[in-house]
Amino acid sequence: MTTFTSIPKQIEDLLEQGSSAISRRNFLKGSGLFVVSVGAAAMADASPLNAAGTDQAAATAQAGGPYPDPNFRQLDSWIVIREDGTATFYVGKTDCGQGTGTAFRQMMSDELDIAYDKTTCVMGSTDTTVDQGGSGGSDAIQTDGWPMRRVAAEARRVLLELASARLAVPVDQLTVSEGVISVKADPSRKTTYGELIGGRRFNVTLTGNDINATTGIAKVKAVQDLKIVGQSLERYDIPAKVDGSLKWAVDVKLPGMLHARNVKPPVAGAKLVSIDESSVRGTPGFVKVVSKGNYVAVVCEREEQAISASRRLKVNWEKPATSPFPSSEDLYGYMRRATPTSNSRPNVVGDPDAALAGAAKTIEAEYDFPFQGHTALAPAHATADPSNGQMTIYSNDMKSYGLRNGVAQFLQIPRDQVRVVWMEGPQGYGRTAADDAGFEAAFLAKEVGRPVRMQWMRNEETAWDTKGPAYTFKLRGGLDAQGNLVACEYNAQAADFHHLGYNEPDTVLIAQLAGMGRTKPSSGGASTPSDMYAIPNRRMATAVVSLPLVFQTPLRTGNLRDPNGPQVTFASESFIDELAAAAKADPVEFRQRLLSAGAGDDSGFKRARSIAVVKAAAETFGWDTRSSPKPLGTGNILTGRGIAYAFRGQTVVAQIVEVEVNRRTGHVWVKRIVCAHECGLVINPEGLRRTVEGAMLHSLSRALHEEVRFDTEKVTSVDWSSYPTLTHADTPSRIDVVLVNGDPNPNRPDLPHYGAGEAACKPLIAAVANAIYDATGVRLRRVPFRDARVLAALKGSG
Amino acid sequence: MANITLRVNGSVQTVDVDPSTPLLYILRNDLGLQGPHFGCGLGQCGACTVIINGAAVRSCVTPCSAVKGEITTLEGLAQGGTLHPVQRAWIEEQVPQCGFCQNGQILNAKVLLDRNRNPTDAEIRQSMVGVLCRCMTYYRVQAAIKRAATSMAAAGTASAKGGVA
Ligand code: FES
Ligand code: FES
Repeated sequence: MTTFTSIPKQIEDLLEQGSSAISRRNFLKGSGLFVVSVGAAAMADASPLNAAGTDQAAATAQAGGPYPDPNFRQLDSWIVIREDGTATFYVGKTDCGQGTGTAFRQMMSDELDIAYDKTTCVMGSTDTTVDQGGSGGSDAIQTDGWPMRRVAAEARRVLLELASARLAVPVDQLTVSEGVISVKADPSRKTTYGELIGGRRFNVTLTGNDINATTGIAKVKAVQDLKIVGQSLERYDIPAKVDGSLKWAVDVKLPGMLHARNVKPPVAGAKLVSIDESSVRGTPGFVKVVSKGNYVAVVCEREEQAISASRRLKVNWEKPATSPFPSSEDLYGYMRRATPTSNSRPNVVGDPDAALAGAAKTIEAEYDFPFQGHTALAPAHATADPSNGQMTIYSNDMKSYGLRNGVAQFLQIPRDQVRVVWMEGPQGYGRTAADDAGFEAAFLAKEVGRPVRMQWMRNEETAWDTKGPAYTFKLRGGLDAQGNLVACEYNAQAADFHHLGYNEPDTVLIAQLAGMGRTKPSSGGASTPSDMYAIPNRRMATAVVSLPLVFQTPLRTGNLRDPNGPQVTFASESFIDELAAAAKADPVEFRQRLLSAGAGDDSGFKRARSIAVVKAAAETFGWDTRSSPKPLGTGNILTGRGIAYAFRGQTVVAQIVEVEVNRRTGHVWVKRIVCAHECGLVINPEGLRRTVEGAMLHSLSRALHEEVRFDTEKVTSVDWSSYPTLTHADTPSRIDVVLVNGDPNPNRPDLPHYGAGEAACKPLIAAVANAIYDATGVRLRRVPFRDARVLAALKGSG
Repeated sequence: MANITLRVNGSVQTVDVDPSTPLLYILRNDLGLQGPHFGCGLGQCGACTVIINGAAVRSCVTPCSAVKGEITTLEGLAQGGTLHPVQRAWIEEQVPQCGFCQNGQILNAKVLLDRNRNPTDAEIRQSMVGVLCRCMTYYRVQAAIKRAATSMAAAGTASAKGGVA
């Protein structure tokens, strides 16, 4: 298949518009035009190889489809400068609502030395932007920000060389500011980016074995020289979201477009026996029932017609012979009894058995964590256009590139005839059903030969969206006579057999239901705690268990914002608190002791930065040193505070919450949250604060409300009353996000920007559990902390 | 099918649809509006909110034939190109994450402030409780409501009086 053959067509078109006198053919050849003959081009391999190892020229010759891959080794694929001195950055990411687009513009503007206001950013559409994979893993700034910075720096370098030629002055005697290059000794002699390259191609080849390594010759700026990075600029996408002018993926309308709705099996694992099409045939707007295997959809002219037809369609299903899963009531017992499908080799430090046997005091605890859904605010959707033998999918899927590749494979259409146009949508943070809807829309569009808009209904989304895996945990710890933690044993089991990847053509729901899916499950995984505690004897073991039904199941698992982090940290950081209580130690001091005792490698200063965030959180909160629980209060409202800490990659986070527990109703209100957060170089502090707030409240929602319920046939969480979420009423009255720079050398010129978003999801649930314990003396070991469960626990404690 | 006439954001529109069709689909699919969103279709989330006769109405569960008054959608909130103070507060406070729910947040906030110029924290929570956000922007929504209340009081103009809904 052809890869890396061209710069995006849209960019060619745009440049052509900007220079109408120049014919497109000349343009593409670069003949009769200015050609930048500077170092980068010469240095780069003259005939770069694509991923498949074929020669680029040969690949170009093979290129047939309308949507070849933009070539990431061409500077023109990343940056276009117009005659008016404005610039557009084309990046291969998507913005899930954290303002990463604004951050990309800040970084690239800074490196290019152009005013932020003169720039725009285009993201995530597979035919116009290089493939940086879309979003995921909080890597936008941490990983993808680097090639963006480097290509912008390279563009600046090339422009300086052009100016040097034009002004007949060596580069080192030039200075550049906001797109204007002038002679240092005589500032009246100057030229602009627009004059130098506006509307024309750079024609500069970049190097790098993969897109993350993309680079020219220029070096990025030292941190101290960055001016736009570090400013809290307003997000450019917000005005259109506030005045109603944004065109979202749900808003796509195409000539001849039809509306589709799915008809899902009423019982997990049911087999389609027959469809009585006469139940909908002849009703207004009815076009077609499409079915394959157990996949069924209805296509109609209008949206409300498709909804009503999907409800009226009579389908005969045969229940599976055995139950697809235990009920949610029995889930944890089932998981503990199940024979694991896989065990990881335990991670062992020291001799935990001997240390536990010799400990002055040992404690043991079990924790449970339910399946939870992404359950985006609006259900999954996509619109597919099959016209002219190509396939275009309009989607908010955060991994648009993967969707394109997956659909091409699934429908067996050449990749260069498929594109995904990324547009904004409701975010679910992870492997959501947006993947599934994209495949379904494309499949149906191909079947009916007209554009099809697919949207799931609320009950489908809540029941069938991929789930974050349920966990059971068992932890043991031993303290010496002085209350020091000498040993800790961690055992986790995740109900994560057959964890779904993103946009896999053989695991998306339609492939599974239609009998076109894989039959050998992927093995899934369970995670271990992420902390920098120095525990001399430690064993961490994980296992994966399976529910009876592996495929075609609504309890399918996939990445959910900070995959596994909230589950694992709930158990591990609750248990650290239990140990602190057993040692009668203050929870902050207990953690600081464990952190400070570490003598091992601290590359990236992660241990030092962990100590710094715990300290900053405690100071900001006004933490008073004492052990938990506090003496039981007398009124109906009991208050308490709890801390938890974790890292994700290099980003370290400590969170402290203050709770009010109503001992009459069991209701928990998190009144205040303090978060100390350290992610290296911050691009946009106010943007980051809001991202951290959202991530923490997402975890708060998971702590207080979220649990997927099911009986032995089907998921019974189907809407916002059976799958409650955080509401305005739960909102803390105060949130402080402290952006700590605990790096021992914060002024280092190469301070990296670490992934910031998902780290903030990790500690919160444990912090809430620890605060409830502080307030009430009752330890909650099962999520969520809904009123009834809390009340029962309070009563149980007498 | 039947002819249904709707007054939306100051203009009159007639569509030929099944009269039981929820208003939301007409606004989105026939009138091309992008403010009101489908979130649940069950009246549970508020994403589809429009303002009718000064009240926040969930258009996903409102049959189009039942609508009598003038409908204001998010697109109709700005007057003469000037954003409503609530919208300005939303930008100043940088409220949205993905933004998909913000139609409901903004319109419900507007209705709240029209009725109560200076709501307390408890009143804000109480009146906004059924307007859901899965990006959990609640903290900033509440801050923006207070910001809008302050700016509306300072401007001394009654958006409630001058408002279109
Ligand atoms: S879409 Fe109308 S209330 Fe949710
Ligand atoms: S901002 Fe994303 S759902 Fe509210």
